[in-house]
Amino acid sequence: MELIDQSCGINAFYEAFGLKTQPDQLVVALAGNPNTGKSTVFNALTGLKQHTGNWPGKTVLRAEGTFCHRNKKILLVDLPGTYSLLATSADEQVARDFICLGRPDAIVVVTDATCLERNLNLVLQVMEISPRVVVCINLMDEARRRKIKVDAAALSRELGVPCIPTTARDGIGLKDLKDAILDLAAGAVKTSPRLVTYEPDVEHAAAELATKIQAFLPQWVNHRWVALRLLEGDTSIIETLCDPLEEELKGVVLKKEAAAWER
Amino acid sequence: MGAVNHSLASLLSEIDSEKYSKKRQEIRDSIVSSIYSCAETIAGKVVHHQYERRTELDQKIDNVLTSRMLGIPIMLILLGAVLWLTVTGANYPSQMLAVGLFWFEEQLTKFFLLVGAPDWLHGVLVLGMYRSLAWVVSVMLPPMAIFFPLFTLLEDLGYLPRVAFNLDRYFKKACTHGKQALTMCMGFGCNAAGVISCRIIESPRERLIAILTNNFVPCNGRFPTLITLSMVFMGGAVAAAYSTAAATVMVVALVLVGIAITLLMSWLLSKTVLKGIPSFFTLELPPYRKPQVGRILVRSLLDRTIFVLTRAVVVAAPAGAITWILANIYIGDLSIIGHLAGWLDPFAHLLGLDGIILMAFILGLPANEIVLPIMIMSYVSAGAMLELDSLNALRMLLVDNGWTWLTALSMMLFSLLHYPCGTTLLTIYKETKSIKWTIFSALMPLGVAIIVTLVVAQLAFLLGLV
Repeated sequence: MELIDQSCGINAFYEAFGLKTQPDQLVVALAGNPNTGKSTVFNALTGLKQHTGNWPGKTVLRAEGTFCHRNKKILLVDLPGTYSLLATSADEQVARDFICLGRPDAIVVVTDATCLERNLNLVLQVMEISPRVVVCINLMDEARRRKIKVDAAALSRELGVPCIPTTARDGIGLKDLKDAILDLAAGAVKTSPRLVTYEPDVEHAAAELATKIQAFLPQWVNHRWVALRLLEGDTSIIETLCDPLEEELKGVVLKKEAAAWER
Repeated sequence: MGAVNHSLASLLSEIDSEKYSKKRQEIRDSIVSSIYSCAETIAGKVVHHQYERRTELDQKIDNVLTSRMLGIPIMLILLGAVLWLTVTGANYPSQMLAVGLFWFEEQLTKFFLLVGAPDWLHGVLVLGMYRSLAWVVSVMLPPMAIFFPLFTLLEDLGYLPRVAFNLDRYFKKACTHGKQALTMCMGFGCNAAGVISCRIIESPRERLIAILTNNFVPCNGRFPTLITLSMVFMGGAVAAAYSTAAATVMVVALVLVGIAITLLMSWLLSKTVLKGIPSFFTLELPPYRKPQVGRILVRSLLDRTIFVLTRAVVVAAPAGAITWILANIYIGDLSIIGHLAGWLDPFAHLLGLDGIILMAFILGLPANEIVLPIMIMSYVSAGAMLELDSLNALRMLLVDNGWTWLTALSMMLFSLLHYPCGTTLLTIYKETKSIKWTIFSALMPLGVAIIVTLVVAQLAFLLGLV
């Protein structure tokens, strides 16, 4: 019963996003900072020809495409490029809601090898929500040109999730990326994501709050993460999560977008 | 369920009111700094720099392109160069296309005569539909096929964020978001695309301003109108050798007027109906990337040129037929167009236009591309038949219909400033989900267009320039 309810809820959620999923299809989200070549990775994986441009914020429309790898069908959802998931803007909220509520089978975070440090902020935030993360270290050619060395194996060890170096516009590393996505999405590989350790009093307050809200939250969501959002004063996520009816869940997502327009 | 929600609500309000609220910002800062320092630690272990992050060459280029002294002049030169290439390059293929397409019209006419088709059928299909199609294709295709790849090239190089950087302080003075410079640039391609791109602006107030003013930069549906009229009237006013240069200067000047109006209206809006302060943001200057020329050509041709052209053709065909019908159904001794134009004439003259031009703008609401063809067809069907295969023939036709340089200038200004096309309005509705703002987004530019052309025309009359 529980299972059926959950899958109904998620389908309603996908519908609210305008997505049609097939039963045997894996859903994979593509996140990343703006201007990391996310659209290029998306095109390279799906074979679609969305226009890519060299300016932050090119992908304002959510795009989706499918591809097959090792006989598995995968629906790839290109999320808006964001620097964080703290949901201060509409596109950050879209990305966050999709990663959290959409519960994709895997999340690929595309990063720019030439400025990895800034990109890791987003990776760390995504890993707090879901352990099913693959990091795509893109623009390796540019990093090489600028004499920047990125040790992908070391990064995988540090983060506890697979990290794949790519040069998407030349198609380099894409097979490895697809393998990693599929292994993770199909459950063949388990990750142990490194979580950010906060200051002791924040950790303590979060743990305390997490036990309080536990009863209201679905099992699949990371309670510590929700508690941290509440501590920051962001109640939008818990309101969406606790809505009992799927219809309302759909409504809330849409209403929230509409509310952004009310002056 | 109700009970659960109730206790949750009380828990939430408890969180809201309790000790947490005081420390909220503190906690947020602490969370963010923990994330940052974690990222820093990891990056320190896995990334090895041999040089500093941005290459020196990139830095040097940026110092020039975004400098206070040279930033804006270089931008103007680039804009001028793109437009000059478009104007010069488009001229010749435009004429070739026109000659070819009008030659085919003759063959069509011969065919219709041969099979003994009725006059009205020939009129609607050939003189109405085909002719407006031929116009749209020959006037629009060449400039678009040149402008789009050039623009995409700049986009792929990474120049647009530099434009945003240069214009940031002007937009800040207008109390709007610096990223509006980016959305404005996207409007050059297509205002509907520009309106969608406004999603990159976080604050609803600034996003709305960006949406409402996007229309003030000419899209590709209007560029051909501006280019053609500049060639005909401004280019014709100087020696032949300088005509493209003069036309380019004219179009650049119009674009600058559009940008000035964008800033002015943004400022007015943020001082009146959409009050607020500009929000702070960090703009990243991405590294310059080698553009993939082949891909740019293919993508900009297929995705944009063909897309926009198809849309224009789809609208132009029925519009051409309707215009022909309106021009050939007589009530009394005047065609319907004659009546409409006569009725609009007094008002149009105040703006330096005439009734036919104004009517073409009204009928051209679905797509700006068809304004010029509708206007020309209305002139042609009212008078003698003409073969419009050269700019000179067009100039003759317009002068015969009482055009002066003021008419051309007024029409260009009106085209630059008036309401956005139907597609853009629909997009604005989809983006704002508000009928009120959609209507405002049509009426506000219309008001601006009327005021500007009225002032220009009345000044010209007053000073006896015409």
